[in-house]
Amino acid sequence: MTGTGKFPSPESMREALAESGSEIVTVALRRADLSGSGDPFANILEFIDPERYLILPNTSGAMNAGEAVRLARLAATAGLPKWIKLEIHPDPTYLLPDPIETLKAAEILVKEGFVVLPYINADPVLAKRLQDVGTATVMPLGSPIGSNRGLESRRQISIIIEQATVPVVVDAGIGAPSHAAEAFELGADAVLVNTAIAIAPDPVRMARAFRLAVEAGRLAYETGLPLQGRQASPTSPLTGFLYPKN
Amino acid sequence: MSFLETLRRVDEGWRSPLLEQFGRYIAPGSPAGLESQAQMAAAVTRQHFGRTMRLFAPLYLSNECINNCSYCGFSRDNPILRVTLSLDQVTREARHLAAQGFRSILLVAGEHPKFVSSGYLEQCLERLRPFIPSLAIEVGPSEAPEYRRMVDAGAEGLVVYQETYHQEEYARLHTAGPKRDFAARLNCPERGYVGGFRRIGLGCLLGLADWRFDVLRLAAHLEHLLRHCWRANFTVSFPRLRPAAGSYEPSYHVTDEDYVRILTAFRLTFPQVGIVLSTREAPALRNALLPLGITAMSAGSHTEPGGYTGAGTDDLHLTVKGRRVDLDEKPCSGATGQFDIADDRTPAEISRLLQDRGFDPVWKDWDAAILDSSRGADKGIAPSVL
Repeated sequence: MTGTGKFPSPESMREALAESGSEIVTVALRRADLSGSGDPFANILEFIDPERYLILPNTSGAMNAGEAVRLARLAATAGLPKWIKLEIHPDPTYLLPDPIETLKAAEILVKEGFVVLPYINADPVLAKRLQDVGTATVMPLGSPIGSNRGLESRRQISIIIEQATVPVVVDAGIGAPSHAAEAFELGADAVLVNTAIAIAPDPVRMARAFRLAVEAGRLAYETGLPLQGRQASPTSPLTGFLYPKN
Repeated sequence: MSFLETLRRVDEGWRSPLLEQFGRYIAPGSPAGLESQAQMAAAVTRQHFGRTMRLFAPLYLSNECINNCSYCGFSRDNPILRVTLSLDQVTREARHLAAQGFRSILLVAGEHPKFVSSGYLEQCLERLRPFIPSLAIEVGPSEAPEYRRMVDAGAEGLVVYQETYHQEEYARLHTAGPKRDFAARLNCPERGYVGGFRRIGLGCLLGLADWRFDVLRLAAHLEHLLRHCWRANFTVSFPRLRPAAGSYEPSYHVTDEDYVRILTAFRLTFPQVGIVLSTREAPALRNALLPLGITAMSAGSHTEPGGYTGAGTDDLHLTVKGRRVDLDEKPCSGATGQFDIADDRTPAEISRLLQDRGFDPVWKDWDAAILDSSRGADKGIAPSVL
């Protein structure tokens, strides 16, 4: 999954999305034209091919459940998919999600038939509460949005992955391809990347780097990573002679 | 705790760790030091805001004012041509700005309860909200309940500059009118927050007092507000004084180098805070400042009511002791502006310039429908949620 903020131009965003291999693209509704009038000064949606990507509207800008619900309904009315990335982060400094308002909004939106993908702090119990009300995924953060600090919440994310019955998407803080690979190695089902690609000197090349990392991480997870040990384990064992092959 | 108490401590020499850091950034230093500060500021800006630049325009509603502020063209004793736009004229001006691309408009007016009442402001907001997604106001201070009414009428942002944090200079510059009350103005952002504003702009006018004195206290104010009003988005601005009616000569000079020092100091100390650049600065400097921390800029601005369309020229008059005095002859110019602008490039020119320099001009970054319950999108939400 990719985000659409911070790019130097909509054209570079379109190219980077294509190169990233992303299947789902999220858009802040506050930046889009919701009036249906084809506003040329708010035309970000025109640069995302709905045949190629699932467009995932997000509620960035909402400060509470009421506003998030209102935004989701507006998006649906405007003809966007009835999917919603639920993000409610009232503190503009760290953009950390409000768990109470998120749970409230998720309950309402699920009942209204939305496919709800909630952005949350990496809190395993909150993840369970959300999947219990019927969200389609949980999206724990690695570190604050745009911080590029990677999976600071790694251990909590591992617990969520271990226990979740819905897909787990690591969202926010993924600042390098290695972070994305790490999320997939842990067993995450998807990552959402934006800043690291958008602000790269060459967003298209960086998007490709992320695609390769995602593929590598997923392949490693499916293959099965070996256990980690404290000490070295020689690749040419010393006791092999005791057990000759036939 | 009110910021007045913190300000008193700062005046006595107290510094928070963050202010200590800010103080180091604004301290005199070598060109090489400033260059590395600028490099860091550019990188931090790119990380937090990407390659985007928000654009907005001021729309002056009225140049009536009951205050006397030595540096401001709207001062009540200045014999300038005055007008307060009618709702239709305000709408015409806003439609003109919308056609140029603006989806974010700052409504500006002098402080005059008779001509610019809170009811008038609410009506202006209600007129514009159907076609302007983001509306902010920069008008005379109000109390929280009046602010709440303006938020309900569609205002999302509030701009209120303290002008100077130097209390003696403040008293010397503000010679008449309610603006004389330094403390009341100082608490305005908190009242706006209580009233429900989500975006609050602070600022000081550079040139009224020693700039290091003022910007340090502006930083202290920002730090205080970030802690106490945690849900609001704050922006800062620190325009340099421009020539205006009344011909005030700034007592304190601020060089371009000083300006870069201030800009980069704010960016590095408050990485997530928006910084607004107005058309008071000249084109070459505005171009050079783009990557250093600016996140929003105005373009093609007029600082006189009716400046975009010529609206209101048939109603120009003088105001003497609060009373309208009609002119004997029809004037050959429009209303008098608040100050002269230095960058008169059109919005389209600024937009092209941004694109040429690798920035995405963002016209729309807010949708009033998030707040607006009258558009029919919120039916059925449980009352406990709203």
